[in-house]
Amino acid sequence: MSEENDPMAEIRASFFIECEELLEALQDGLQTIDDGAADSETINVVFRAVHSIKGGAGAFGLEALVRFAHRFETVLDEVRAGRLTIDDEALKVFFQAADHVSDLVRICRDGADAPDAETAVLIGALDQFLGDTVPEEDAEEPEIEFAPMGLSLDLDLSDASDETEAACPDLDALPPPPDFGAPTGDTAYTITFIPQAEMFETGNEPALLLRNLSQMGDLKVTCDASTLPDLDKITPEVPHLSWTIHLQTDVEEAEIRSIFEFVEGLCVLEIARETGDGGSDGDTTDETPVSPIVDISSETVNTPPPARPPDPPQAPTAPKPAQAAAPNPAEPSQPARAATAPTAAKSVVRVDLDRIERLVNLVGELVINQAMLSQSLEQSGLSPHSDAMSGLEEFQRLTRDIQDSVMMIRAQPVKSLFQRMSRIVRESSAAVSKDVRLNVIGEGTEVDKTVIERLADPLTHMIRNAVDHGLETPEKRIAAGKPAQGQINLSAAHRSGRVVIEISDDGAGINRPRVLQIAIDKGLIPADAQLSDTEIDNLLFLPGFSTASVVSDLSGRGVGMDVVRTSIQALGGRITITSNPGEGSTFSISLPLTLAVLDGMVIKVAGETLVLPLNLVVETLTLSNQDVQMVRPGNQVIEVRSGFVPLFDLGASLGYREPLQNFDGAVVLLIAQEDESCTALLIDNILDQRQVVIKGLDDSFHRAPGIAAATILGDGQIALILDPSDMIANAGATALAPSPPLKTQGVSA
Amino acid sequence: MTETVLSANMELLTFRLAEQEYALDIMSVREIRGWTHATQLPHAPAYMKGVINLRGTVLPVMDLGLRLGLPPREENERNVIIVVKSEDVMTGLLVDAVSDIVAVTGEDLQPPPELSSGASEGVVSSLTLIDERMIRVLNLAATVGTIERTAA
Repeated sequence: MSEENDPMAEIRASFFIECEELLEALQDGLQTIDDGAADSETINVVFRAVHSIKGGAGAFGLEALVRFAHRFETVLDEVRAGRLTIDDEALKVFFQAADHVSDLVRICRDGADAPDAETAVLIGALDQFLGDTVPEEDAEEPEIEFAPMGLSLDLDLSDASDETEAACPDLDALPPPPDFGAPTGDTAYTITFIPQAEMFETGNEPALLLRNLSQMGDLKVTCDASTLPDLDKITPEVPHLSWTIHLQTDVEEAEIRSIFEFVEGLCVLEIARETGDGGSDGDTTDETPVSPIVDISSETVNTPPPARPPDPPQAPTAPKPAQAAAPNPAEPSQPARAATAPTAAKSVVRVDLDRIERLVNLVGELVINQAMLSQSLEQSGLSPHSDAMSGLEEFQRLTRDIQDSVMMIRAQPVKSLFQRMSRIVRESSAAVSKDVRLNVIGEGTEVDKTVIERLADPLTHMIRNAVDHGLETPEKRIAAGKPAQGQINLSAAHRSGRVVIEISDDGAGINRPRVLQIAIDKGLIPADAQLSDTEIDNLLFLPGFSTASVVSDLSGRGVGMDVVRTSIQALGGRITITSNPGEGSTFSISLPLTLAVLDGMVIKVAGETLVLPLNLVVETLTLSNQDVQMVRPGNQVIEVRSGFVPLFDLGASLGYREPLQNFDGAVVLLIAQEDESCTALLIDNILDQRQVVIKGLDDSFHRAPGIAAATILGDGQIALILDPSDMIANAGATALAPSPPLKTQGVSA
Repeated sequence: MTETVLSANMELLTFRLAEQEYALDIMSVREIRGWTHATQLPHAPAYMKGVINLRGTVLPVMDLGLRLGLPPREENERNVIIVVKSEDVMTGLLVDAVSDIVAVTGEDLQPPPELSSGASEGVVSSLTLIDERMIRVLNLAATVGTIERTAA
C-alpha cells in the first residue's frame, strides 16, 4: 500500500486480495469433493476460481501463474464436462495443484523466483489426466487470449479478461444457423428471455447465451424489438431487446437453465415445456432461423464499446463447425462472470486494517472516557435517580455495545487458518509416508484477526507433530487393529468467552515411560522424580525437549512444544494435553477472543494499582499469620486444603516495598500456571473486576519482567497489567518450585 | 530531527532545573503538561518516574534532573512535563518550570568544554548566553536515547 499513487499497484494489490478469496473458494471446493459432498456446482466453483485467477494473472502478465492455472483449468474443465471422474489420485493432484497455484500467487505478489521445476512436475501430473484429449493449441492460448487487454486498467479485472474472451467470437463468427442435421430432440421448450437493465453491467452477452442454446438442439429464436427506442434515444448500456426461443432438445430443463445461470436475477427467464407436437409449435412462430443473427447484430449496437476487442488475430477459433461437439471455447468466459457476480452480491466492504485498528483504539478511548465520566459524576454526589445518572447508564450500555460491535469487525473465521493446516497435513503426511486425514470442525468460529495470524506458527508446529510423532506408521496402526489411515481432528469452538482450539489424533498417545526417560536423560528432571501422568505429559513443554529419536525434516529440530507454549501464552492463552495410551492425544488451546480488551482483576499493592488477567485467578483467600509457613528464610508456603502453595510477595518482587512480615488480613490470589500448578500471590487488596483496554507498552520503555502491558483506569491513571507466570518464572526458579496441582477448582471459574 | 544541527536560526525552549537553565530545540517539543501522578514502573532506573496517560497513550516520563545527575525533584504542583519526540518515540521530561522561548543563531552557540563525563556525557550539546545567563542546550537523542540502551 506504500505505492498508493500508482494506480497499477493498487489494482495489483486488489487482484491479490481477490486471489486470496478465490484460493479459499478453491480449497473449499476441493475439500467438499474430498468429503464426498460435491455436486455439479462444486466443480464449477473450483473451475471458476482457477479461471478467475488465470484471468487476472493474464492482465498483469504473470506468465508462470497463467500457464499453470491454465493447465489446471483445462483438467478441471474435463471434469466439468464429465469426461474425467475425480478419484482419490486425481484429488490428490488437484490439492497439490491448488497449493501450487497459491504458491505461485504468493511468488508473483512478492516478486520471488518461480519454482519452474515444481511447476513442470505438477503440469506433468495434470497432463496425465488429459491423456490425448489435450488440445495442443491450449498451451499457446493464454498469451493470445489475454495480451490485448493488459492495459485496460479502468475495467474491473476479472471482467476485463472475460470481455476479451467473451468478445473473441467476433460478430461474423456467431453461430451458424442451427444445424438441422443435429440430433433432433424429443422435448420442446419455449423460453422467454427478457434482459433487465443491469444485465450488461456484468458483462453478459445475450448472443453467447443464444449460441450455447443452439448447441443443445434445434433452435428457433424470435426477437422482440418493440421496446427498441429511436437511435438518438438509445442508451447503449441498457438492453432493449428480448427474445422468445423455441428449443427442440433432448436435454433436461435444468441444463437449459444452467446456460442462463450467470444472468440469473438480471433477466426475466421463463422456460415452459411445450406439450404435444413441439415441432409444429415451433413452426407457427417461426420467424426463420436467420433471425438470431439479425437480432444479435442489432444488439451489438447496444453493446458498450469496451466489449469490442482490437480484433485478436487468432481469437475466433470458436465457431469452427468441427468444434460443435467439442467443449465450447467460449464457455469458460461464463463461469468467470459468475465468479465475479457472487462477490458483488455478498455485500462486503473491504476495509484497510489500519482504519479498523484506529477505530478499535478510539473505542478504547471511549470506554476509558466513559469510566472517567461515571467516576466523576459519582463523586460529585448526584442523586442516582437524576437525569444525568440515568443518561450515564444509557451511555454505559451504548459504549459496551459499540465495543462489542467493533471487536466483531476484527473477528474473522478461523477457516483460512484451518485451510493452511490441511495443506500442512497433506505435505507433512507425504513427507513421512503416512496416510492422514484431517477433519475440521467449527471453521466458522470467529477469532480476532491478530490471534489468527499469530496462531499460524504454533498450530503448524502442532499439526506436524501430530503427523510425525502422534500418529503411528500404517504398519503399526494395522498391527494395533486400527485403520491404516490416521485421523487428525482440528476443531474450534467458543466456550465461555474464550476460543478453544483442539488438535487431536488417534495415534498411540504419549509414550510416558519414554518421555520420562528422555527428561531424566536430558537432566530436565531429577532421576528419582515421581510424576503423575499429567506432569509427565507436561514435560513435553519443557525447553529443549524433543522426543523424536530420528530427527526428521518435519519436526524434531529441538524447537519443540515449549516454543508453542510460549507463543500461546503470549496471546493470553493456555495449552493443555490429554493423552490416552493407544487412543491418541489431544492438545487443547484456550485463547481470549480478542487482544484488545481483557477481563481483569484490579488490585492494590503497596499503594499502586495493578491489573491481573482474571482468567488466571483461581481463588482468592484472606490470610492470617497462622496460614503462612516458612520453608526457609525468604521462602514461604501457605496451606490450602492440605496442600502447600508457594507464596509470592507481589509488592516486594516489584520493588514497591520490603517483603511483608505480618500477613494478618493480607489477601492472596491463587494463580493457575500453565502446568496446572498454583502460586499464591500476596497482595494488599482487591479493588474491582472489570474489562480493561490493553495498551501495549512500547519496547523503548524500560521493560520489567512480569509486566505485560498497561491500561488506563476510570480515574485516568495508568495501571500496569501483570503477567504473573512471567514474573514468577523470572523471580528465580530456585526459590519457587512449582507445587502440585490443586485438587479443588476455585470459585472464580 | 534538527535538535543537534546548529542551523542558522533556531528557537529554543528554555526551562529551569535545580536553579540551572536548560534548553531544547523547540521543534522537538510536542506539548507541555502540568504535573500528574505517574505510575511507577517496577525495576526501572531511578530517573524513570513512570508512565502517565497522555490522551489515551502511555507516555513514559523521566525526571530530567535525575537523568542529568542533579538532585531529585520534590513533587511539586508547579512542576511541568515537557513532552518531546525523538526518533518517533514520545517521552515526557519532568522539569521545574518552563521559562521562555528564545531565538538564537548558530554563532550564539558554543560547544561545551570537555569536562562532562558519566551518564550525562554528551547530553549537553552546546552552551549559549542569554541576558548574561548561561543556558545549556540539550542533545535530546542522547538524553532520551540512553533509556533504550539501559533497558535493552
